[in-house]
Amino acid sequence: MNFAVLQFPASNCDQDAIHAIRLLGHSARYVWHKENSLGAVDAVVVPGGFSYGDYLRCGAIARFSPVMQAVQQFAANGGLVLGICNGFQVLAEAGMLPGALVRNRDLQFHCEHIHLKTLAADTPFTNWIPAGKPLRIPIAHGEGCYFADDETLALLKAGNRILWQYCNANGEPTDAANPNGSLLNIAGICNERRNVAGLMPHPERACEPLLGSIDGRLIFESIIHALESKTVAEAA
Amino acid sequence: MKAKIIVTPKKAVLDPQGKTVQKALEHMGYSGITAVHVGKYLEIELDGGDKETARRQLNEAAHKFLSNPVIEDFKLEIE
Repeated sequence: MNFAVLQFPASNCDQDAIHAIRLLGHSARYVWHKENSLGAVDAVVVPGGFSYGDYLRCGAIARFSPVMQAVQQFAANGGLVLGICNGFQVLAEAGMLPGALVRNRDLQFHCEHIHLKTLAADTPFTNWIPAGKPLRIPIAHGEGCYFADDETLALLKAGNRILWQYCNANGEPTDAANPNGSLLNIAGICNERRNVAGLMPHPERACEPLLGSIDGRLIFESIIHALESKTVAEAA
Repeated sequence: MKAKIIVTPKKAVLDPQGKTVQKALEHMGYSGITAVHVGKYLEIELDGGDKETARRQLNEAAHKFLSNPVIEDFKLEIE
């Protein structure tokens, strides 16, 4: 499978994303923010970092980069898009995902391992995650607090679009397990069509035992599995 | 021509910065403060032209880009 990993000025988790995808045996290429076309890709990763220095608001400027037109088109055609951390912020600013990410409630930058509870197994981002298994993934953010108005939260719940919640090691989404104040402990969500997802934690930094957890692989493997199933279905 | 835009967090959004500033003011001895909200101020300088056109354009820019309507409100003044 071919992945495109976007690069904006001051993205800094692009290399980790490329590395993780290649580690899992698949192709990944960088796509600079000024490019007008993604090329022939099966999935797009919008990586973490501090694009444009987080000026104005995180992701506010990156969302207007030329490449984002191609990403919107790709998503409109059903292509898979995963936004990680700053990538999630970019997708939210672009309106490809609802809500917004604001400053952590304790005003501190959190760089630590957390646990995620997977709430919806029927998406290309979660289908390979064993039911009930809390994922241990690192976060590294100062503006990861998910906010959306009550109407949007109700829509997300009704549509089963909250993909991941912060939880403790036992899988309980408690307030103590919430590192940033996100409403409903929301760590990641998807769009209505279930082909665009965003999460604040970094699965690309949980793919090797050396980094303390390989649970992040399950998210990438879900995407790969979804793409491979689609290919088989199309060939049939 | 100069445009002044004030961007403030919506009431429903958690504003820990505002709360922290409020607590600090109280610790410094200022009393009677019931709330503090921290926002953003932008000054945009424009070359001549029609004020109404400028207002319309900046209103659109403020809505689309300079503020995030999900979490912020804005006030636009042109002088």
